[in-house]
Amino acid sequence: MSEFLQQLVNGVTWGSVYALIALGYTMVYGILRLINFAHGDVYMLGAFFAYFTARAIGAQQNPGPLNALLVLAAAMVGCGAIGYIIERLAYRPVRKSSRLAALITAIGVSLLLENGGVLMFGGDPKFFPQVITARNLALGGGVTISNQQIIILVVSLALMLALRFIVLYTRVGKAMRAVSHSHTAAALMGISVDRIISFTFVLGSTLAAAAGVLVALQNPKIEPLMGVMPGLKAFVAAVLGGIGNIPGAVIGGLVMGVAEVMVVGYLSPTYRDAIAFVLLIVILLVRPAGILGKATVEKV
Amino acid sequence: MRSSIRMRGALSVLTGLLLLAGCGGSGKDELVIGEYGSLTGADITFGQSTKNGVQIAYDELVAKKEGKIGGIPVRQIVVEDDQGRAEEAATVVQKLVNQDQVCAVIGEVASSRSLAGAPICQQASVPMITPSSTNPRVTQVGDFIFRVCFMDDFQGAVMARFTRDNLKLKRVAILKDVKSDYSVGLAQYFTQVFKENGGEVVIEQAYSAGDQDFRAQLTAIKARNPEAIVVPGYYTEAGLIARQTRELGITVPLIGGDGWESEQLLAIGGEALNGCYYSNHWALDYPDPKLQEFLQRYRAAYKSDPDAIAGLAYDATTVLFTAMERLAEQDPATFKGLSHSKAGSDARRAATRKLRDLIADTQEFVGVCGTVSLDENRNASKPAVVIEIKDGKKIYNTSIKPA
Repeated sequence: MSEFLQQLVNGVTWGSVYALIALGYTMVYGILRLINFAHGDVYMLGAFFAYFTARAIGAQQNPGPLNALLVLAAAMVGCGAIGYIIERLAYRPVRKSSRLAALITAIGVSLLLENGGVLMFGGDPKFFPQVITARNLALGGGVTISNQQIIILVVSLALMLALRFIVLYTRVGKAMRAVSHSHTAAALMGISVDRIISFTFVLGSTLAAAAGVLVALQNPKIEPLMGVMPGLKAFVAAVLGGIGNIPGAVIGGLVMGVAEVMVVGYLSPTYRDAIAFVLLIVILLVRPAGILGKATVEKV
Repeated sequence: MRSSIRMRGALSVLTGLLLLAGCGGSGKDELVIGEYGSLTGADITFGQSTKNGVQIAYDELVAKKEGKIGGIPVRQIVVEDDQGRAEEAATVVQKLVNQDQVCAVIGEVASSRSLAGAPICQQASVPMITPSSTNPRVTQVGDFIFRVCFMDDFQGAVMARFTRDNLKLKRVAILKDVKSDYSVGLAQYFTQVFKENGGEVVIEQAYSAGDQDFRAQLTAIKARNPEAIVVPGYYTEAGLIARQTRELGITVPLIGGDGWESEQLLAIGGEALNGCYYSNHWALDYPDPKLQEFLQRYRAAYKSDPDAIAGLAYDATTVLFTAMERLAEQDPATFKGLSHSKAGSDARRAATRKLRDLIADTQEFVGVCGTVSLDENRNASKPAVVIEIKDGKKIYNTSIKPA
């Protein structure tokens, strides 16, 4: 039993990282009907922004909550800017073209970020400085949780709540919801659609950056291709929860994380990557709109 | 999956550029030797160390004999990057053999990549010496493939005997990398010898190279209460595994093989590695004059400590140079075939075959990683060293001789 509970703790922590990345996919999809394949690479950039900030401020020598927060904030701001630039330079020019053009552009941006990363940072893994000293807490019954896992859970939860607040209770959130219904109608109501789309990208990218920092904190090995697999799996998580649906992305991410850890723990580690796609196939067969998604009739 | 296709695209462009640069070594009065390794990618320190070790051997040749063997200059050693991938290893060895027309190849560290390059060398009758691939299958590829390090069956036995006899432990767990021939082989040999000596493997778990999170496997291991965890993988994963092991509250020692040998190991694993052991080819604090002389030279050249990979690369290169010198003395006419004739020509094949015979004759060669004597299967038999990690330092613990 304690083994199962421990696996659950591991799974939920891992899943909350997927949830953070999946939120970015789902928001952009909800508003633009675009799958932003570069999102996983923004997550990678988040880890690298944090890595360079931590080195610049000497966080390795004086680990502590303040420095950790500074590193996290720097990564989020940096990636927010990257998200804005990507949208402005890559996606906006093709927004009026077919959706396929936008999708291919997204793959292009993803390639650019990955290989640009290899060029700039080098292909070898870097070791992320320990900005928070690891400590263990016993939860009773042989189950332990590290302070880093707690930080992952708390920070993800806080960011998800903040996102929910922004979307539901602020003017800009209202505008986002309006734009996601209809660009034209929103524009007629005086909403600057361009600005809202930019804002959505910035928001999604900051969440991806946070996920990157949280993962690097716990598994201190970062490299330019680290975003490929998590990006793909978070995308599956977003589809699983119902793409375009914010609570759905969170649920999808958690389901993915727990499923993955349970498969490794109880079946075979070789199925770790397979489970994501098995889940995707199952959900597409059983409930194509996702767990929380509404089935819509597409007019042809 | 996506990335591998992309990387291949990038590489083919690169190879194209190299083709344009064109650097065939044939027909000129110089000897060309090739080396390939992972100069980028996850195992970057392996490739770097090998390159550095080979370079030190070459610099020594330049200092002592003006870079000449039998009066013919050895051109700067051609180094190729396989990005730490077996597919690329095959491509770059093709290039070394056909494009650069090398007369011998210093092979890879990782067994899977040596296995990818070896058949190409074998087919072209180009001798290949791998400094540090420990999987037995590598030299079974053919009679042109040699190694100057011990093998996994011996290393697995060393780890098992050390765990059973020196640490007096009985119940262990294994966490191996299913994607690596080296790791799977080592786990298998360990299990065999450990069981023969009355030990028990209580659980065997696996991961794939590149994984970041091992908590699920370690949680399953923790439930079985082993007295030690054997991690026969490479240093990046070993460091992360050590960290996560301690985070889950598991305090038993981790036991590894020479895949742990890297300066980066301690950077990743940190304090979590204290009290862990791994088998290796040498220990830096071992007072052997030849080793200490090499250390001095390496530190002067690279301002850092070498790992065993560099030492073995140095040994492999000097074994090759020695064999070439003997060929030049015994049969200067055939020796000329190594430099004056094209790859694949009869004169070249006759020369490389002679060279092969002389490498195979290597006996009691004193290297920096112990004394090398090649057996009839072209494998070196030599003792292994066990290193203990204590207070963030690697300390010599014991030597274990072949049984």
